[in-house]
Amino acid sequence: MQTEWLWGLAGGGLIGSAGALYLLVNGRIMGASGIIGGLVDGSAGSQWAERASFLVGLFVVPALLALTFVAHDTHATSNLVVISAAGLLVGVGTRLANGCTSGHGVCGISRLSVRGLAATVFYILAGGLSVVLFRHVLGVI
Amino acid sequence: MRNLFALLSGSLFGTGLLLSGMTDTTRVQGWLDIFGAWDPTLAFVMGGAILPMAIAWRFTQGRNPGLGGQFPGKPVQRLDSKLILGSVLFGMGWGLAGLCPGPAIASLSFGGISGLTFAAAMAAGMAAAPFVRTRLDGVVAAV
Repeated sequence: MQTEWLWGLAGGGLIGSAGALYLLVNGRIMGASGIIGGLVDGSAGSQWAERASFLVGLFVVPALLALTFVAHDTHATSNLVVISAAGLLVGVGTRLANGCTSGHGVCGISRLSVRGLAATVFYILAGGLSVVLFRHVLGVI
Repeated sequence: MRNLFALLSGSLFGTGLLLSGMTDTTRVQGWLDIFGAWDPTLAFVMGGAILPMAIAWRFTQGRNPGLGGQFPGKPVQRLDSKLILGSVLFGMGWGLAGLCPGPAIASLSFGGISGLTFAAAMAAGMAAAPFVRTRLDGVVAAV
């Protein structure tokens, strides 16, 4: 159990370093939903290549690591109705709120942004309620 | 050059998500499930990520980004209904599947049909967001 916390801390350090690199070199906030969303709705404009490059790294490197030695299984539900509803909620929600776990959580809280902190409090509360409702009350996950 | 560093940053991000276990939905849902077998890992990941970011933000003061341009301005400190509503919707989906946007992409190669379905639905939700936003603005203006 405790080794998993250490992996969490180490992996978190890499996530924060990725955000630090994107900020200090490219001058941008590393928010996954903004980077993806801007490409989906076309608002990325001339930044599209920079964002696409980020996503290529995000997709390819875990794929290579998973092929070789790192344990990998998402254990995601195979219920496609549930997973589709979840995906829609995450897509609409993160774009309405202008950020997700990386943008509001990691990048926002680290600069004491009230919006980042408030967003994080609300998505964690809603996430907790969601698990209670769908797992313990309705039993669908 | 911008693209190269973006690629590098995305690679680091993906490696961190995989090593920290954030591409495993049971770990994320385990953290959210305070009535089940609570898993504290996510808090360590958040703490580990916020520390280097906080140092980076301090370093931006009085400087410019390495590849030119300007750093993002001071954060807007005002809350609005779209921030709250959006975060609540996002949280509901996050709890339901155990996936958020970064890990959804990082796990796409090994997430099977579920992973592909989630990513497609997420993209559809993101494409619909500008319309939802316009409608919400209309509702807010009418009230």
